[in-house]
Amino acid sequence: MLKTRVIPVLYLMNGLIVRSEGFREFKAIGNPIAEMERYGDWLADELVYLDITRDGEHDFGRDDHKFKGERDILSILRQIAASCFMPLAFGGRIRSMEDVDRFIRNGADKVVICSQAFRDPALVTAVAEKYGAQAMVLGLDVKREEDGTHRVYVDQGRTPVDEAPETYAKRMEAAGAGEILLNSIDRDGAAEGYDTEIIRRIADAVSIPVVACGGVGDFSDFREGIDEGHASAVAAGNVFHFTEASYKRAKRYLRDKGYGVRFPYTN
Amino acid sequence: MIGVVSCGIGNVQSVLNAFARLGHDARAIETPEALGDAERVVLPGVGAFPSCMNRLNESGFRAAVDRFVKSGRPFLGVCVGMQMLADIGTEFGETSGLGYIPGRVEVIPKTSPDLRIPHMGWNDLSIAKPTPLLAGLDGDTACYFVHSFSLVCKNESDVAAWTEHGSRLVAAVARGNVFGLQAHPEKSQNVGLKILDNFAKLPC
Repeated sequence: MLKTRVIPVLYLMNGLIVRSEGFREFKAIGNPIAEMERYGDWLADELVYLDITRDGEHDFGRDDHKFKGERDILSILRQIAASCFMPLAFGGRIRSMEDVDRFIRNGADKVVICSQAFRDPALVTAVAEKYGAQAMVLGLDVKREEDGTHRVYVDQGRTPVDEAPETYAKRMEAAGAGEILLNSIDRDGAAEGYDTEIIRRIADAVSIPVVACGGVGDFSDFREGIDEGHASAVAAGNVFHFTEASYKRAKRYLRDKGYGVRFPYTN
Repeated sequence: MIGVVSCGIGNVQSVLNAFARLGHDARAIETPEALGDAERVVLPGVGAFPSCMNRLNESGFRAAVDRFVKSGRPFLGVCVGMQMLADIGTEFGETSGLGYIPGRVEVIPKTSPDLRIPHMGWNDLSIAKPTPLLAGLDGDTACYFVHSFSLVCKNESDVAAWTEHGSRLVAAVARGNVFGLQAHPEKSQNVGLKILDNFAKLPC
């Protein structure tokens, strides 16, 4: 049986791993390569790195890290890929096939494309044709508005999309997306649990895997993403950053509750 | 030296990275002539079956790979590289494969409406016959798979391991000096590294 994947998502900003809240507030918490080694040691199922840098500059900007500063996101990717023996998705600020080529050539197995998929769906098709649909992950950011309706946003939560989320997801699936990374803007960093309503609506509308993200506060939230959200995989950022050995404990929790997760540990 | 066929059809660097972590001497083989220098060869494949076969044929690697396999030295196809071992692929029409493992590559049967294809993620290997490639995997055997097509062997005796996704799918093959793994060992952490280490230690 295919396992339910549990995926740490790491947000990169100016070359540092940051904690994200509501897509607006960010706090630097670590070095991307050190973080990858940590998840590699913990035998994570897969890693997603999203570059949410806004000013186009990459620099650790500090000299107290284990690794020397890197100005180039591709150089960060190469260092991560050299000792990353698990699937690696990389996304953020991908605008063209040249960008995709560069990420894949430097070690990404998949690319996550959000805003540019909306602006240029032909890019989604071209990536699927060139690298296979499995390498083309649609980044789908959704917000629950004050009136309770859900709306898709691009440009890191700044530009609303005038199309129903399910319709948009199905259109992107038809264009060639092989997976959807569904992030909830209003749950981001809130630790209130997933927005299972929108996850289920999207997961039921498409036949490609949907990865739920945004809002996990404790491990029981993962169960809701799977049971109520119908997600194929569950992702989180902050919950893995701030608690000791949290990834393995999350896996043990899900295994003990009867979920089909991979558990490559002796206890 | 382990040669990794590099003709633009697979993620060569990931495979090299994995062998490097294990401490084995592995190199990208860029020309067909250089293939003869290798003690053992890995053929990684990513993408559609016809384009991978076309690249192999057009790059001149086909004849060199045939010679290498005839020499009796260990040969491992990974992902589409395993599928290419078959007689025929059926993705985008019928295409001839390498013909080392009798069989055809068919689309994964959608046995229920909610079966998600591609088969993507971690899944267990269930060992079908003892083979040195898969020796010493105890307990956890989950490997990372990504595929929509699957090798259907003519002879079940060629199947080294199965996996389950809606139906029973061939996960690994072994026939003489020819081996294949549908999963990505270079992306399957400790289990995948163990399989690559086994391959690197096969007698040749």
